[in-house]
Amino acid sequence: MPLGLLKYGLSKEHPAPRFFRDCTQPKKSYDAVIIGGGGHGLAAAYYLAKDYGITNVAVLEKGYIGGGNTGRNTTIVRSNYLTPEGVNFYDASVKMYEDLSEELDLNLFYSTRGHFTLAHTESAMRTMRWRAEVNKHVGVDSRVVGPDEISEACPQLDIQCSGQAPILGALYHAPGSVARHDAVAWGYAKEADRMGVEIFQMTEVTGIDVKSGKVVGVNTSKGYIETNRVLSAVAGFTPRITDMVDIETPIVIHPLQACVSEPMKPWLDTILVSGSLHVYVSQSSRGELVMGSSLDPYEVHSTRSSLDFVEGLTSHIVDMFPFLSNVKVVRQWAGMADLTPDFAPVMGKTPVEGFYLDAGWGTWGFKATPISGKTMAETIARDAAPDLIQPFRLSRFEDYELTGEKGAASVGH
Amino acid sequence: MTSRIAKKRGEWINRDKPLTFEYEGQQVQGYEGDTISSALWANGIRVLGRSFKYHRARGLLSFANHDVNALMTDGEDTNIRADVWPVRHDMKLKAVNTDGGVIKDKNKYIDYLSPFLPVGFYYKTFYKPKRLFPFWEDKIRKAAGLGEVNFNYPRHIRPKRHAHCDVLVVGAGVSGLSAALTAAAEGLSVILVDENSQAGGSLSYDYAGDQTSADMLNTLLSEVEANSNIKLITDAYAGGYYTDHLVPIVEKSGITKVRAQSVIVATGVFEQPPVFRYNDLPGIMLGSAAQRLVHRYAVKPFEKGVVVTANDHGYRTALDLVSVGVEVVAVIDMRSSGAGQELTQKVKDSGISVHKGSCIYEAVPTGDKLGVKEVVVCPYNEATAEADTSRSVRLSCDGVAMSAGWAPAAALLYQAGTKMGYDYDIEQFVPAQLPEGVFAAGKVNGVFDLKSRQHDGRRAASEAASYLGKSVQLENFKPVSVTRPSHPYPIVNHPKGKNFVDFDEDIQVKDFINAAKEGFDNIELMKRFTTVGMGPSQGKHSNMNAIRILARIRQLPVEKIGTTTARPFFHPTPIGHLGGRGFHPHRYTAMHQWHVDHGGEMMEAGVWMRPAYYAPAGSGLTASEAVQQETQNVRHSVGMIDGSTLGKIEVFGSDAGAFLERFYTGKFADQKIGSSRIAMLLDEAGVVSDDGVAVRMAEDQFYVSTNSSNAATVYREMQRNVQLWKMQVTLVNLTGAMAAMTVAGPKSREVVAALTEIDVSESGMRKGAFRSGKVAGVDARVMRVSFVAELAFEIHVPYKAGLHVWKALMEAGKSAGIRPFGTDAQRLLRLEMGHHLVSHDTDGLTNPFEAHSESLVAMDKPFFIGQRSLKILEKKPLNKKLTTFVLDPGFNGELPNECNLVIDGASQIAGRVTSISYSGYLDRHIGFAFVPPEQSHDGARFQIRTDSGAMVPATACKAPFFHLLESRGE
Repeated sequence: MPLGLLKYGLSKEHPAPRFFRDCTQPKKSYDAVIIGGGGHGLAAAYYLAKDYGITNVAVLEKGYIGGGNTGRNTTIVRSNYLTPEGVNFYDASVKMYEDLSEELDLNLFYSTRGHFTLAHTESAMRTMRWRAEVNKHVGVDSRVVGPDEISEACPQLDIQCSGQAPILGALYHAPGSVARHDAVAWGYAKEADRMGVEIFQMTEVTGIDVKSGKVVGVNTSKGYIETNRVLSAVAGFTPRITDMVDIETPIVIHPLQACVSEPMKPWLDTILVSGSLHVYVSQSSRGELVMGSSLDPYEVHSTRSSLDFVEGLTSHIVDMFPFLSNVKVVRQWAGMADLTPDFAPVMGKTPVEGFYLDAGWGTWGFKATPISGKTMAETIARDAAPDLIQPFRLSRFEDYELTGEKGAASVGH
Repeated sequence: MTSRIAKKRGEWINRDKPLTFEYEGQQVQGYEGDTISSALWANGIRVLGRSFKYHRARGLLSFANHDVNALMTDGEDTNIRADVWPVRHDMKLKAVNTDGGVIKDKNKYIDYLSPFLPVGFYYKTFYKPKRLFPFWEDKIRKAAGLGEVNFNYPRHIRPKRHAHCDVLVVGAGVSGLSAALTAAAEGLSVILVDENSQAGGSLSYDYAGDQTSADMLNTLLSEVEANSNIKLITDAYAGGYYTDHLVPIVEKSGITKVRAQSVIVATGVFEQPPVFRYNDLPGIMLGSAAQRLVHRYAVKPFEKGVVVTANDHGYRTALDLVSVGVEVVAVIDMRSSGAGQELTQKVKDSGISVHKGSCIYEAVPTGDKLGVKEVVVCPYNEATAEADTSRSVRLSCDGVAMSAGWAPAAALLYQAGTKMGYDYDIEQFVPAQLPEGVFAAGKVNGVFDLKSRQHDGRRAASEAASYLGKSVQLENFKPVSVTRPSHPYPIVNHPKGKNFVDFDEDIQVKDFINAAKEGFDNIELMKRFTTVGMGPSQGKHSNMNAIRILARIRQLPVEKIGTTTARPFFHPTPIGHLGGRGFHPHRYTAMHQWHVDHGGEMMEAGVWMRPAYYAPAGSGLTASEAVQQETQNVRHSVGMIDGSTLGKIEVFGSDAGAFLERFYTGKFADQKIGSSRIAMLLDEAGVVSDDGVAVRMAEDQFYVSTNSSNAATVYREMQRNVQLWKMQVTLVNLTGAMAAMTVAGPKSREVVAALTEIDVSESGMRKGAFRSGKVAGVDARVMRVSFVAELAFEIHVPYKAGLHVWKALMEAGKSAGIRPFGTDAQRLLRLEMGHHLVSHDTDGLTNPFEAHSESLVAMDKPFFIGQRSLKILEKKPLNKKLTTFVLDPGFNGELPNECNLVIDGASQIAGRVTSISYSGYLDRHIGFAFVPPEQSHDGARFQIRTDSGAMVPATACKAPFFHLLESRGE
């Protein structure tokens, strides 16, 4: 029993304050307005306050904080990407995550479990080798391992996958981790609020006021707010926000679905991903298997669940773990992923002065929460994007300077 | 001690079939038809499990799979829902999640620590210093979870069934049965499902002692049984509602996917527990659970009990208990008004005292904490949720039945997109706006009166029939109102807590209050912070109380709080059921068996199986020996490969040529009949996505091949664009209909010539030419190609003739030394020729300029897919280029691998190796690599870093590589 819990048992009144204030009516103006109270928006608010002393900031969330993709992803954090630009960026995020519980004074259950991207075909093995080479070059711990090493880490895995797709090897990424996703949003909200940032839930942005190519304010369900700086961090709702400022992006929205099993005594200690079988799976600290699959192959702006998703996913799960036949799926859900053509995000300045974009997070947003918050805060504070996120600028699509992460991003969230 | 009572009319057990089983080492008797829990309860066994967090002893709560108090393992399977799972002879059962048995569970001490484990405690500690977190995490993980998985559990293969109907009725209670009959009478086909093993819904326990309702149920059941339009499926639940009325019906034997024209949801309500201190002790159960025990399983719930209630149902429960010999001490009615005169009198006549406006303040556990010995009854203040403890009464008892209200089983309605509203007359969420084709009837629709439910079922069915185009008379129906079925706030504060709201997750009232204090004061955040409703029963017994508590904390009306989203599945559903059979289709070419018989090492190539190389039994060939021999045989004489896996698409129509010009990068409109051209496909970003060959067979007919792995995608893209561009084109996918084989090598001409009338001489058939004619007596399409060798013929014949032609060619080539070659040799042969493989040597960003394919791009055409991007790209400097390279002669160091990086002088990434092989024919290591453009010219040197970090020099070298032999004078 850690001592930190003693006060709860020994005090009469619950000795814990609100994580964040119950803000209801926004002020007339703010130095910056952040649209979207998910992990990214809240992290940007936190670093604006912490790194730059900009605390007169409103975070506007149309639902509740962390209710979008922050609360819907399968919580994997990793940096074993394909391009040096991507690897550097996500590696910076992993390093921030490692210290984040202490920084935010909240246990985020950041748990380094090791991450295997399984390869069932020679061509998948090639991609693993490619990623390993680039990761090694940049100094990230990734290497190609054979079936024996996979079996040692996860003896329950059927290496033959029921004879359907024998595993030839894997990319092993030791820093691969999971974290408690909701807590990441709550932690950033708590600390941002403590420094003066105001968080408004149930507050929807209905328009962005642009005059002579510059942001001057936002219209919200709670009235007009004057501001010169607006950050959009709304994941699957990005097209609705960019429409408000007449910016074209190549972002399309595809649903991404996931499900959990009923809790069982933990046995799966690692994070497993299989591109060929379209599966990723880990076991949470509650004992649930958290399982996901690839993106739905069509555009839909909805968070409805589909049966074929869970049918396809489970048929592959039992290939990998035949003994799970009678273990039960408790719940499935979906998120709306804002997908870019090169599977890399869109970050930084835009053609509209004072309008900043943190988007295109597809299926890789959660793992980038700290670094995106930090770099977007810098972008807003200095009106210039740092070098680390230059490869993700919106103009790369016009310039044909894409940051091709498809080989590392599809399925391998 | 047995609690089994005399035979009840309509009981679900078969007394002629007794059985015995073991629970926690104890022999137990039961009957066929018993659930595990009913049989245990009949034997006086009260502790059925330990709770998830605090390891508290638990008995029956809902007895309906609306809680997970009783989860068991039989050694094979885990997390068995004992309340509803049929008991079997010789089962050996144990409760899950105990250490040392359900009675002596060593983890029960955690209950005493609960004051130190406030809501969300795990967020508040264990992370300072961070190096200790793994230690705590390990402890948490050990404590987590419920049952243990059996790693030897056999895999189920349960193919899915499919069914269609006009009306799917979910729930075979009074309203569902009535709805099914009405719909069937309109001539509609009906599927009626119910999760219980017998139809009847609540009538099989509530009102079950009443002759009129029993007659009503029997009539409904026999009518349904006699109706050929109705298919009744019991022991099956509707797992979820998906778009367009797709509902998976989950049975023990697997899933039936029902696609209905309309859906009637008659799923009833879940009884909700009143919340008071120690409301979770074994022996304290919901009123409906007590009724189920009595009427379905003929089991006395307890010997001496009290009923705590807030509706008339509690009074009926009390009478049911009395009827089976339970001494009911009191009915404690949380309503100050109490029940109607008649019902109250009936209860009083049975010798039961009625305490109006009272609540149970707390239950008092027995000394061993495994049961209840008395309850403390106090006046209840609805406005403050406080009990007046100054006027408490202690009533001794060994059981409590609780009936304080209900929550709609509305999951399917939510999933279908129903807007729910809150009806204050009955204190329940009810459908306010239903989506098209979805209807609700009975209690889930807020209709509680027995006759009205029958009526409401008929009303819903009439509306469904009308929706489906039947002309039916829709009557204006108003249900008979009943006394309020649900209490608006059946929650009693207690300073010491342990008044449980969510039994799955051990969540008590103060957890909600404290969560709200910490700012988690909207329903979604509260759910995530407290984990209410996140356990295996998904809030069935807890969400409604959670909403009521939050509404009171926020001082908002209940409907302003809203509900959390009800996701599939209605009950947790086995992975094996959902996965079904699991399809992994493989395609075999016409020559498949021949390859196997001749030592072909078959590998998966997309959906196809292809020989990687041939090592006949007894040949002793290693893979690399086989590949080198097959390759050199092609170079020196002749070899043959099965190319049937190539995509083969026929493009017909007056716009066929124009279509290909828009689709591919090259020119086809002016292509001569009987010739072939390379067909390279880009995506809109200008990335190379496929290359094949387009043959013009006639003015309006092309025959196009694609890479084996891209056949389906290219065909799909063609179809899409034919429609987008509105062109006069018909597409036929011949991929599976045609077999194909390539005969390659200097002696290939003589082999082919021996079997055909087609003039295959150099002048008769130049490189790229195409001819139709007979080969080995079969109609064939013959192309002269040069991907693997300077001289090669690709022969396409109907699938059925594939093996015949293959064998004939093998026979004809015998004297020339023909031998088959596999995909590994093919790759090396292509490499020697300098032909890269799309998506092997190129990646998701490679454009034609980088892939050395400029010559295949006709930029002067008005349009082709990707042209707009290429126009931008061609103005930009290239930063990489695919080049062929060689390692130094006689290289014998550590060989670079595919994907090893090309490293520049500043130790930065300059490119990577995409292919590398040793060519025995050339006696050199050759390959493809991406390098900076300035290093792509013949003779340029660059460095490759190997796996171990060594640097290997390589030289860009033009291909085909055969000039290397010439320069050596060979």
